[in-house]
Amino acid sequence: MRRNGPLALIFHTVFVIVMVAPIVVVCLVAFTPEGFLSLPTNGVSLRWFRAIGNYPEFIHAFWVSLGLGALSSFVALLFAVPAALAIARYRFRGRDALAALFLSPLMIPHVVLGIAFLRFFTSAGLGGSFAALIIAHVIIVFPFALRLTLAAATGMDRTVEMAAVSLGAGGWTLFRRVTLPLILPGVISGWALAFIQSFDDLTMTVFLAAPGTETLPVRMFLYIQDNIDPLVTSVSACVIAVTMTALILLDRFYGLDRVLAGKGDAGR
Amino acid sequence: MSAAAEERNARAPWALTAPALMLFVGVLLIPLTMTVMLSFHDWGQYKGIEPVFILKNWKEIATDPYYAEMFWRTFRIAILTTLLTAVLGAPEAYILNRMSGRWKSFFLLVILGPLLISVVARTLGWALLFGGNNGLVNKLLMSLGAIRSPIPFMFTETGMVVALAHVMMPFMVLSVWAALQRLDPQIENAAMSLGAGPITIIRRIIMPQIMPGVLSGAIIVFSLSASAFATPAIIGGRRLKVAATLAYDEFLNTLNWPLGAAVATLLLVALVLIVVGSNALIERRYAEVFR
Repeated sequence: MRRNGPLALIFHTVFVIVMVAPIVVVCLVAFTPEGFLSLPTNGVSLRWFRAIGNYPEFIHAFWVSLGLGALSSFVALLFAVPAALAIARYRFRGRDALAALFLSPLMIPHVVLGIAFLRFFTSAGLGGSFAALIIAHVIIVFPFALRLTLAAATGMDRTVEMAAVSLGAGGWTLFRRVTLPLILPGVISGWALAFIQSFDDLTMTVFLAAPGTETLPVRMFLYIQDNIDPLVTSVSACVIAVTMTALILLDRFYGLDRVLAGKGDAGR
Repeated sequence: MSAAAEERNARAPWALTAPALMLFVGVLLIPLTMTVMLSFHDWGQYKGIEPVFILKNWKEIATDPYYAEMFWRTFRIAILTTLLTAVLGAPEAYILNRMSGRWKSFFLLVILGPLLISVVARTLGWALLFGGNNGLVNKLLMSLGAIRSPIPFMFTETGMVVALAHVMMPFMVLSVWAALQRLDPQIENAAMSLGAGPITIIRRIIMPQIMPGVLSGAIIVFSLSASAFATPAIIGGRRLKVAATLAYDEFLNTLNWPLGAAVATLLLVALVLIVVGSNALIERRYAEVFR
């Protein structure tokens, strides 16, 4: 295959710089020693990271986001693992329609989902509650949990299961001791990807969160609406750090290219 | 297999999917139906929401030019964003694909990684780069001599398109990348051996083959841009409304829920029609590629 010429490499360099520039700028401004938005030209300072400590709303929102992400991804898996096993192993009527329904939250705009959940949970008397947030997040992360579990279940070697059955294992034992360990990498990556999706969601959550149940993206968004100062950049830098950690874990367990390639197909 | 076992087998998939199915019917289909119904309800400043069946909200959207302008702006921004990602993302995917192994996976990670980083943080980055008339982007463009006077980016459609294109770019690169993986590199060599120059190869060999990838990427980018919330809200400010930010305002500021529900329903229906329609067109046009 032909190699890239100099023009192609210049294009590539500019492209990559533009792609990372906004993220790098946020992280740099977070270290400014000044009291206003500026690049840290006169030395670096952690004053804006320490300043987060004076805003309990951000700390609280961080814990809400963390708990919400962890819990909703876990609950989504409780529903997604059996569904993935059924879709991977059986050919039954309505299988394609079910799969389409389970992946549909990817295609419905999150603003529409936010409105639908706001209406629904308010009528149910759960408006602004943490429980409502959990249920809503289970729905939006479900496709990601399902997709990776499905990939693992489809690629699984069934002969090990048959051996276990021939040795007298059945039902719950078979699932717990044989099937689950075999699909575990897919399940854990599904959890991690679902967690990232939940942790980052703003558009749907902004409709549901009330003071006390505000997630970090919602708190950041409302803060930015009023004014942009270095504090919100240091909070963003922390968020980027959390996401990067999850990304690295995901890469170790599963391979990031596989996760992302699956995601790209999602919109089709 | 005994009859009983066979029956168990037929029931097994339904037993396994039943919890998820109940969850989706209970907390997805019912709320969506309620939203569509809500758009036909009446609303007044003092009386609140009245559960009657009227077309008031739909009439208001159809007749008030404010809504036509807002939807036109939403789709204009989405179209420009899609074009920008296609024009820049497709060549980048092609260049990436020609890199050697280690660089390829490194840069793929750099370009696709932002997909998973908070949209609020990414948009904040653009707000910092744009930052008024003497923002970094304007300073750079002016020192390069590309522009004479600063371009206003904040609170303009230009800024929204640039920031949205950045947010959506990974989807386009990914989609074209997937199309390139199906391409046989030998065809390029064959064309070269027959005397085709680089431009002919790109125009006659590469372009037709990656077009389905570009188009399916375009559908993803378009539908996500048309319903984007964070970027238009932060870059566009309070005055430059798109469908998602307008619905947000109706729900959380004006509290006219039925009207907000009508805007959201219209957005959903329009997007579903556009996505399903263009998918069908692409699949018919490029049937041989999707075999």
